Amino acid sequence: MAAAMTLYRSTIGKKAIMAVTGVILYGFVIVHMIGNLKIFEGPKGFNEYSHFLRVVGEPALPAGTILWLIRIVLTVALILHVSAAIQLTRIDSAGRPVAYKKVKRKQASFASMTLRWGGTAIFFFVIYHLMHFTIGTVHPQFIEGEPYHNVVSGFQLQPLMAGVYLLAVAALGTHLYHGVWSATQTLGLNNRRNDKLFRGLAVLSGIGLFVGFAAIPVVVLLGIIK
Amino acid sequence: MTTEIKPQVDVRLPVEYTDARVNANIPAGPIEQKWSKHKFEMKLVNPSNRRKYTVIVVGTGLAGGAAAATMAEMGYSVKAFCYQDSARRAHSIAAQGGINGAKNYRNDGDSVYRLFYDTIKGGDFRAREANVYRLAELSVNIIDQCVAQGVPFAREYSGYLDNRSFGGAQVSRTFYARGQTGQQLMLGAYQALSRQVAAGNVDLNERTEMLDVIVIDGRARGIVTRDMVTGKIESHLADAVVLATGGYSNVFYLSTNAKGCNVTATWRAHKRGAFFANPCYTQIHPTCIPVSGDHQSKLTLMSESLRNDGRVWVPLKAGDPRSPDKIPEDERDYYLERRYPSYGNLAPRDISSRAAKIVCDEGRGVGPGGLGVYLDFTAAIKRLGESTVRERYGNLFDMYERITGENPYKGPMRIYPAVHYTMGGLWVDYNLMSTIPGLFVGGEANFSDHGANRLGASALMQGLADGYFVLPATISNYLAQGGLEKVDTTHSAVQEAVQSVTALTQKFLDIKGTRTVDSFHRELGKIMWEYCGMSRTDEGLRYALQRIPELRQQFWTDLRVLGSGDDLNQELEKAGRVADFIELGELMCLDALERAESCGGHFREESQTPDGEALRNDDDYCYVAAWEHTGEPSKAVLHRETLHFENIHLAQRSYK
Amino acid sequence: MKITVNVWRQKNASSKGRLEKYQVDHVSPDMSFLEMLDTLNQQLMAKGEVPIAFDHDCREGICGSCGVVINGLAHGGQLATTTCQLHMRKFKDGDNITVEPWRANAFPVIKDLMVDRGSFDRIIQAGGFISAHTGSAPDANGTPIPKENADLAFEGAQCIGCGACVAACPNASAMLFTSAKVGHLGLLPQGQPERQQRVLKMVAQMDTEGFGGCTNIGECTAACPKEIGLHFISRLNRDLLGATLRGGSTVD
Repeated sequence: MAAAMTLYRSTIGKKAIMAVTGVILYGFVIVHMIGNLKIFEGPKGFNEYSHFLRVVGEPALPAGTILWLIRIVLTVALILHVSAAIQLTRIDSAGRPVAYKKVKRKQASFASMTLRWGGTAIFFFVIYHLMHFTIGTVHPQFIEGEPYHNVVSGFQLQPLMAGVYLLAVAALGTHLYHGVWSATQTLGLNNRRNDKLFRGLAVLSGIGLFVGFAAIPVVVLLGIIK
Repeated sequence: MTTEIKPQVDVRLPVEYTDARVNANIPAGPIEQKWSKHKFEMKLVNPSNRRKYTVIVVGTGLAGGAAAATMAEMGYSVKAFCYQDSARRAHSIAAQGGINGAKNYRNDGDSVYRLFYDTIKGGDFRAREANVYRLAELSVNIIDQCVAQGVPFAREYSGYLDNRSFGGAQVSRTFYARGQTGQQLMLGAYQALSRQVAAGNVDLNERTEMLDVIVIDGRARGIVTRDMVTGKIESHLADAVVLATGGYSNVFYLSTNAKGCNVTATWRAHKRGAFFANPCYTQIHPTCIPVSGDHQSKLTLMSESLRNDGRVWVPLKAGDPRSPDKIPEDERDYYLERRYPSYGNLAPRDISSRAAKIVCDEGRGVGPGGLGVYLDFTAAIKRLGESTVRERYGNLFDMYERITGENPYKGPMRIYPAVHYTMGGLWVDYNLMSTIPGLFVGGEANFSDHGANRLGASALMQGLADGYFVLPATISNYLAQGGLEKVDTTHSAVQEAVQSVTALTQKFLDIKGTRTVDSFHRELGKIMWEYCGMSRTDEGLRYALQRIPELRQQFWTDLRVLGSGDDLNQELEKAGRVADFIELGELMCLDALERAESCGGHFREESQTPDGEALRNDDDYCYVAAWEHTGEPSKAVLHRETLHFENIHLAQRSYK
Repeated sequence: MKITVNVWRQKNASSKGRLEKYQVDHVSPDMSFLEMLDTLNQQLMAKGEVPIAFDHDCREGICGSCGVVINGLAHGGQLATTTCQLHMRKFKDGDNITVEPWRANAFPVIKDLMVDRGSFDRIIQAGGFISAHTGSAPDANGTPIPKENADLAFEGAQCIGCGACVAACPNASAMLFTSAKVGHLGLLPQGQPERQQRVLKMVAQMDTEGFGGCTNIGECTAACPKEIGLHFISRLNRDLLGATLRGGSTVD
């Protein structure tokens, strides 16, 4: 416990927390994307998959146990990830109280410089996304237990929102483009030999997740999926 | 390659000068036993009493940093001072080549005795045998100490330390860390010092310049400093004072020294009674990047290792306007290979430098102003391939290109000698104590170990030997002898020293003339380089001795320093340093004039062999010239310490 | 060449500074950047104006004294080059150059372009050493060290402590500096006994000094005149996390 507190107090400790929680959230988005792509199997496959998520673990465990466990883990991870990010941002901006009159960058990527903005955007998007497809409060035709219908009608009825989804997953892709590599660096997994591998993984994750997530609103809007 | 030692036909014992003021206090006994015997005979301070003694160390380079760290480890209260913003930046950091250590890891016949012999011979028989032997002896411990501190010396694939031969030595005894050995050793000492700062044993004062020594009852008891940020002038008291403030190459304005390197600490000590020894012994390094214009602020050295594969040449014809690639082989003069067939391009520093000057004086120099010679890698690139040359010298070639804008893979480099190191310094005895009791001097600031010419890779060795091993032992002995009265800042000598520094600082601001400090410094540098540089004549030195006092007169009437003394004022700092350089310059010329022989880095045109080599005069000049200040540099009084060569016979150096 | 420079002028630590515009005539392409500032200073003094204060010493790229931000880039942005080794031939006649001091909470400005980098010294004092008492050393060849380790340790040891990494980092983080020393000593067998404590203490000091955190952007390594790699930062992270989990102890 003492070690954990020491770690939490240092900037590197906070970053390690961000890295570990980031990896958990990263794992989630990968599974989420794979699940989403079941939409191409049609209404039956997609709805069955959705139902499976709710009943997984039954009857050995009481109804919804696994789902709620996952939800709790993800929520805790998100809270830690965001709160560490806020604390670090404060420390970082206090690091340079007087700004340069003229600034240029030599190496920084767009992704690395926009990590915080992208993260903030993703955070608000997640709230909207839950209200849209999970709780249904902002969905004009939400039907409980009919996810296929909800997704397709959600994008068809509000094409602009589909645009927001595209922007959000672009932000997610960019976030991971730097974040995945950054996490390995923070956890000290990188060395001179494997660095390219982790860079590659990050690039692949960023692009792959963007394409995977963006595919759904695009195919709905194009009328490929009805 | 072979070295021939040609003994002089007539080896006579030098004239004995007895001067009690410069008694070297060399311990009796065979040379191999002097230091260990002395260590045993020296008094010790009880560990529990050490905290009560304060030792001031000025300068945090290899000698100062090592001495401060070691004495703090021993338990003394240490106060350290440096003018840089961090102790890590002392100019020892710029040394490139390496450090000698008589480890004989190569089994190539090296030994403490051989290093001793090479150093005495390399110094052209103008160094004290006992000191040099001790240096060679301690070289072994230095390497051990540095490795234990984590200095990342170059290693072989076996994991053992790598060695190279350096500066024409016949054995491989030089340890190195790429081209940055000085930096790595410096950081080792700095880290040891940092550890003691954290432990509360060292009070470290950065951006603080020492401006005077406080002498009470004939002993050094403290210093006066100026805080370079706030301008505050303060006294610091102690039981012993160590000056490890480096050399005075910047008297030439252009040198390879850092811009801040100065003589002020040692010069002010000199004015308080410390004798200045052999000021005319300066080392000119042959491979520096030539001056590119009047704006030039310093010179950059390129490692001597370049001469291993590069060939030095100039056009045969004076004033040849052709570009180097247009000059055919038979119209080139590879003058080092011609004059020194056995050593060729690897001839020692003083000899190579002088040879370059001679060809440039003949009008055969190349580049702007005709002050340069070619260092050509065409043959090496043809023989070894560009990639091998790049591997060996890539970083040096890159540096050359950054500075000159010329690509050395395409055409030859231009090089020219530049002042690099000063062998002279405050006179010290075997214990490294100056003529002011309690004032110790280490590293380049003292005169002791290199004679008239320093061998490559020996400066780092001497700084660390003094700092880690010699000073802590001899200072303990000094303190243990007691007799140090308690003093405080109300003492009249302390007050007087503080007042004189305050008055001097104000004086610079009050002149309100028209010329900047740099303009005087440049003018002094030109005089020194012209008349007290690579070669010196009776006539030229006499001329310089007329010019320098005139310059001094102008300095004190026409200097302009803007700003105030109460805050950070870099011009004011420089003014004090240049004032001291002007006085030192005069003493250097006086010393060079007095020494009417050639030896090592001191070349008097009147004293040369028929083929133009330095000719020593052991009958008349086999001594250390220690100058006592009596108010004016021109009125300095000469004290001679006779040098006795009991182990190595006096012989003429030959690199033919 | 004629050059216009906008230089940060600030009388002392407590006063407010501003950019001042000066024209420098007679700039030679062979001048170093600092020699251009020297020339400007001579020009200013001739007019009775107080010259610009800037840190510099060896002027050959090794002491780490110099360093200013030139047109938004630490040391001017040339690869592996300190300000003193940057030459005016990299600029064009008529160029307008903005010159600012390093900007960081942990590097307060002292005057004009000079800053106080004492925080770096305090990080080293916290643990950036091997406690080898003078005289206690075994024979230098007693412990063979794989060449690879020695070479990599040397890479980290090359750090000149100039502060360009902090100046260039968008967060003013000192991770590259700290990691270079942790890496240098941690890669050598001599550095092992103190390895756990060293990294804990140095990082704690680094955080106390008020540097920002690292977001793995890489501006530091791009600005570093010694090209120290980001892998040193990864190594520091690994060491710190390991040491924390072990509670700073050398045995499990």
